[in-house]
Amino acid sequence: MDAEFWVIQVFNGISYGALLFLLAGGLSLIFGVMRIVNLSHGSYFLLGGYVALTVIWTTGSWALAIPVAALTIAVVGLIMERVFLRPLGFDPLRQVLLTVGFAFLFQQGALDIWGGDSLDISPPEALTESVVIAGIYFPLYRVFMIGVAAAIGVTIWLTMEKTRMGAMVRAAVDDSEMARGVGVDTSKVSMFIFALGAFLAALGGVIGGAFLGVYPGLDFEILPIAFAVVIIGGMGSLGGAAVGSLIVGLADNFGKALFPEISYFTLYAPMVLILALKPTGLFGRE
Amino acid sequence: MSEGAKITIVIGALIALVAAMQFASSYAVLLVTQALVFAILAMSLDILLGYTGLPSLGQAAYLGVGAYLTAILTTKFGFGMDASFWVVIALGAALGAVTAAFFGLFAIRASGVYFLMITLALGQVVWGLAYRWNSLTGGDNGINMPGRPEFGIDLADDMTFFYVVFGFFVASLAALYLLVKSPFGRSLVGIRESELRMRILGYNTWLHKYIAFIIAGGFGGLAGVLWAFLNGLVSPEDVILTTSVDALLMVVLGGPGTLVGGAIGAGVVVFLREYLSTVVDWWQYVLGGVYVLTILYLPGGLMGIPERIRQRRTMPAVAERTEEVSASQ
Repeated sequence: MDAEFWVIQVFNGISYGALLFLLAGGLSLIFGVMRIVNLSHGSYFLLGGYVALTVIWTTGSWALAIPVAALTIAVVGLIMERVFLRPLGFDPLRQVLLTVGFAFLFQQGALDIWGGDSLDISPPEALTESVVIAGIYFPLYRVFMIGVAAAIGVTIWLTMEKTRMGAMVRAAVDDSEMARGVGVDTSKVSMFIFALGAFLAALGGVIGGAFLGVYPGLDFEILPIAFAVVIIGGMGSLGGAAVGSLIVGLADNFGKALFPEISYFTLYAPMVLILALKPTGLFGRE
Repeated sequence: MSEGAKITIVIGALIALVAAMQFASSYAVLLVTQALVFAILAMSLDILLGYTGLPSLGQAAYLGVGAYLTAILTTKFGFGMDASFWVVIALGAALGAVTAAFFGLFAIRASGVYFLMITLALGQVVWGLAYRWNSLTGGDNGINMPGRPEFGIDLADDMTFFYVVFGFFVASLAALYLLVKSPFGRSLVGIRESELRMRILGYNTWLHKYIAFIIAGGFGGLAGVLWAFLNGLVSPEDVILTTSVDALLMVVLGGPGTLVGGAIGAGVVVFLREYLSTVVDWWQYVLGGVYVLTILYLPGGLMGIPERIRQRRTMPAVAERTEEVSASQ
């Protein structure tokens, strides 16, 4: 195991973490604002990939597929939140079962529309090359993933810190009752956050589709990993989600490379410990 | 309805089930056997969810440890294929309980949505080991069982195995019924209703929840042993998140806090997953629909329906008023 091994593994871990950030950033905000354990979040990721494929097949444009897929799924999330989750009130168990029911419905719908084959989203030629630094090949696509996640992260962070909407969201995370008391429309905040979460997950699905693939079952495969990110980073904290994504991305890569037999154990056992010792996560707000 | 009448109905239903099996096809016998195995799992979860108010999102973990223990003992050591079957049953239940005793140290500290998350994570720990620990668990492919035990009676015969599973189901139902009717069971209900009040009354609520968690794990392990012998294959599929979620649905669909409800829910879910999926290829719409409709329209589960009908009939005004209140919330 030389330096090259470590550089490549770290790079792969970071780029996987970038993808996880897109997937889990929104989930973390949803959890923070609404305390909803949303088991449909993996479906948003998968459906994002599928919708993007349809756009690519019909228009041939990969660049167009990204916003169309993300916005479509954002609308799906919005409708789910407005029509089904909001009237349910606060009851974690029923929210879990309702969202998992939708996950099954989405799974069947995707199967009927896009079939059961494993599909791939091929990115434009320009992104399939590699850059060579000091004799080590870095696939450009992974660099692109890191770039997108960083851009999205900074944009949301600025929105959270500098705008009125962002302040309302932070208030709702910290103490939603108090926020309501001083006139914040937490219902509207929830709607906005839920749609944003779906938007980001679908975006992740499109971008991740090039190297994870798009196939039935991906939704429930990726979902627990997203929760690991949320828990490790801390719920409702964007910075936490970013750090959590990096930790999980790196832990996953090094786990698979170094101790393949217990690689998922090395991912979920820390999640258990953090939940038991500091339920708000490493960077969660008290 | 009096307690005695309820017990009579349940016993009658069980006798009717055995009678019906005499005329059922071998496929139907297998389906019902599977439903009974999952009914044990669902009832174990009902102790947590329905009686103690702890929604565990990782109950498949205990099914998994029981099943994997069985598969490893039979394939690697040839143990459990004769009368030692009974020892494997005991070991499976014990391992489920021990696993729960370990996991409970972490999980019982949490409550509400955090309990959901921590049990989800614990379930994923077991799944991760099952999926990746190739040398022990066979990884993705799982472990093929060498068949079913034979000791005077041959469990390879599906009807015989049905009787064995039926026996374990009835024993589990009776044991859990006695448990929830005992003072200890009453204390669990007290914790569900108001943990703070129970603590003020001097109960060690942590310990009571912990013991309930261990008991549920033990019955989960038992279900796992039976599942391994029934299915003939133990794979990571048995411990995926969806299995745990299905177990939750069984309880909520049947009616939490009723034991029998979990068994009925198990029947419905097994029917949808195993039978309907072979008949139509859009069966997941039905499964997903059952989830959504249960949550939206059946808060008390199937077992709560008679009660709701009675309420509506005797006190229409009250029922309407409560509905108005719940609608305006």
